[in-house]
Amino acid sequence: MKLFRIRGGVHPDDRKQLSAEHPIENLPLPPLLHIPLQQHIGAQATPVVTRGQLVRKGELLARSQGIISAPVHAPTSGRIMGIGGYPAHHASGLSVRTLTLKPDGHDEWHDSCVGAAAPFSLSPEEISTRVADAGIVGMGGAGFPSSVKLNLRHRYALHTLVINGAECEPYLTCDDRLMQERPDDVRDGVMLMARALGVRRVLFAIENNKPAALAAMRESAKAQADLQIVGLPTRYPMGSANHLVQTLVGKETPARGLTADIGVVVHNAATAAAVNDAIRHGRPLISRIVTVTGRAIRRPRNLHVLIGTPMDYLVEYCGGFLEEPVRLISGGPMMGQPLPSTRVPVVKGSNGLLALSASEVNDGAEMPCIRCGICVRVCPCGLVPLSMVATIRAGRLESSVRLGLLDCIGCGSCAYACPSHIPLVQHFNYAKGELAAQQRAQHKQGEIKRLIEARTARMEAIKRAKQEAMRRRKAEMDGKKAENADRRAETAEASR
Amino acid sequence: MIERPLYSGPYAHERVSVRRTMLLVVFALLPATLFGLYQYGWPAIFLFVVTLLAAIVAESVSLWVMGKPQRPFLLDGSALLTGWLLAITLPPWAPWWIGVVGAFVAIVIGKQVFGGIGQNLFNPAMVARSALLVSFPLEMTTFPAPQPLLSAQAPDMAQGLAITLGDTTQVDAVTSATTFGHVKTELTRGAGMDEALAGTYSLWEHLLGTSSGSLGEASVLLLLLGGVLLLYTRVISWHIPVSMLGSLALLATIFHLINPSLYLDPLFHLMAGSVILGAFFIATDLVTSPVSVRGQLIFGAGCGVLVFVIRTFAGYPEGVAFAILLMNASTPLIDHYFRPRVYGRDRRGRPLNHGDGEDRRP
Repeated sequence: MKLFRIRGGVHPDDRKQLSAEHPIENLPLPPLLHIPLQQHIGAQATPVVTRGQLVRKGELLARSQGIISAPVHAPTSGRIMGIGGYPAHHASGLSVRTLTLKPDGHDEWHDSCVGAAAPFSLSPEEISTRVADAGIVGMGGAGFPSSVKLNLRHRYALHTLVINGAECEPYLTCDDRLMQERPDDVRDGVMLMARALGVRRVLFAIENNKPAALAAMRESAKAQADLQIVGLPTRYPMGSANHLVQTLVGKETPARGLTADIGVVVHNAATAAAVNDAIRHGRPLISRIVTVTGRAIRRPRNLHVLIGTPMDYLVEYCGGFLEEPVRLISGGPMMGQPLPSTRVPVVKGSNGLLALSASEVNDGAEMPCIRCGICVRVCPCGLVPLSMVATIRAGRLESSVRLGLLDCIGCGSCAYACPSHIPLVQHFNYAKGELAAQQRAQHKQGEIKRLIEARTARMEAIKRAKQEAMRRRKAEMDGKKAENADRRAETAEASR
Repeated sequence: MIERPLYSGPYAHERVSVRRTMLLVVFALLPATLFGLYQYGWPAIFLFVVTLLAAIVAESVSLWVMGKPQRPFLLDGSALLTGWLLAITLPPWAPWWIGVVGAFVAIVIGKQVFGGIGQNLFNPAMVARSALLVSFPLEMTTFPAPQPLLSAQAPDMAQGLAITLGDTTQVDAVTSATTFGHVKTELTRGAGMDEALAGTYSLWEHLLGTSSGSLGEASVLLLLLGGVLLLYTRVISWHIPVSMLGSLALLATIFHLINPSLYLDPLFHLMAGSVILGAFFIATDLVTSPVSVRGQLIFGAGCGVLVFVIRTFAGYPEGVAFAILLMNASTPLIDHYFRPRVYGRDRRGRPLNHGDGEDRRP
């Protein structure tokens, strides 16, 4: 198949060999599970269980709230110990509403978990409803509710489903292992999603550095004429949805738009497996595969983990740390999130836990920009990162937007390659946050202004009404006075 | 020197640094430099060392005055590279103070007054070279014929020291005109091109480096070797050298075809003088050249055109330094007007419309 070139990109040392050869292992039940109610983009789920309640595996714990949201299910059977704040799976370490579940060790399925007898005869609506009910979100890390993407068929003319098995982030091997070990599940999930979207063409893209996964998926795809497995050149950020689609289809997604604008929907390979589990076996999304790796980890592994398992339990299973890691990251080293501690739980989007040693991070002191232009060369979006940073540093956020700040996908290629070790992405994220805050402030100001104006108008109206009333009363009084005077005059006249 | 914040990725970094970049350029210059030092012997070695030391001292003093830390900036290799580039563009037997004045001009006026590394508008070495050429035309245009180290006529260490300290008697004995200088003089006298070329170096001598000229510009072959190394290590990209040499060759060819007796053969334009050094090592200076591909092509082409114009029509026989400085001045403009196209947008910055006329949104 003819592939199209994308601009820029980098070739980071992928270090996938650390964990690539380790088959997926089931992590034993942890003593406690901490299940956040917000594991996705969109509105937080609302709990439907109470403290002390016994739940079964797969039982609904919190239902989705609004159009863009996802429900949360019990990863195993046990007792709800509480609903409260717990450190979030986020750099800030702020607490979020979290359900704490104490497993009872029986691991009994709930009765509601029944698979469809004939998955491929379900209607598109039924498929997307089941996907929504199973709480499936994008498992590549972003965590966007998958059913919302399956429903794009209502609003766009779609022709292609692209499955992202690129796994272009260094270190991560969870999708690689999944595709090798469960190719038929992944394939069936893909075909169910294709059915839900009503597309004919399915392109399953895998980077060429995963020959075993490519072979396994090719073998499995032989049964499906519509499913084409495509080997991609290995380059970061090949797994960025926009760039992946461009590589395969040759079209760029219009700025500020979706890939659906050019008729393509992208789903992750692990999401496909989750869709298959949900529809064929009736199992909601309660577990996922996590790559635990990095040179600071004693025994890197690919683990099948229940959602809500604390990260330190994973680390312990992998033999603990060889040395104090300088960075602890959830996700890949390019776009992952730094973790405040290992107490935080695994969530639906956690594809990796990285404990990096100093030699891997290659941190250097920041130097002034020497305008080498490497950032321009590696930017997959055609931006000039050095100018954007200069304008942000000067506080001219509007100029940085004109230079394309909002077109930046935050892939980090520029910061990765910068010889001056300038944290470019940090600047961009700061500016994006600042802009959002400014917009909120502006909106707030506008609202305040509107309210003040309304109040002034109201006060004016009241004042006017009062004055009017006064005038009327005065006029009345004057009239009465005059009347009285007349009357008095009349009486006087009469008495004369 | 901000401590790298923890919040945003990436958490891995390519094994690159400013120092690595600078040292790679120095390394690429090494073959041509060593050959130059060999060709011109002890006086050249003394001048070279003095210039480098002066550059580093000037950097250190500037950092002290500005209250910046010494260690990271002295060790980044940029002062070393500036001093090195300046030294190899000087006449090899120039007196020591040429090197010292040049190094201070380069570092202080050319770089630090703009705010230090990365902030300068003009290539510091070329600023210094031009300032020296204008201020000390005699010293800057007195080129000795090559006197290889250890050869019979070469000055020994003591004589070399004397030359560097300003003894001009020996220099005058072996002066030789550069190709461009000779041709310019002859043409001004009314001689034809064949006659003018007859009295100077051949292309082969330029290729190997046995012609007279600045310290490090002589050997086209060794400079190309260094250039290839820079391209291979991706310190520079091909755009500036190719467009600069290409536009120079194109113009020279056109004029040569029109009137061969007035205009030099394009091969001489490429091989003689310092255009190869300029194209691979000076015009490609990261700080002072445009960052986008299209910008670099325009920048290089501009350099090539200016080199030809200055060599052919202006008063100076060689114009690489002036050409590059003039184009340096236009770098901010080029960077402003020639940005890459943003993903998902057309050249004018509007979101792409794929032309099927179909708006798929409700």
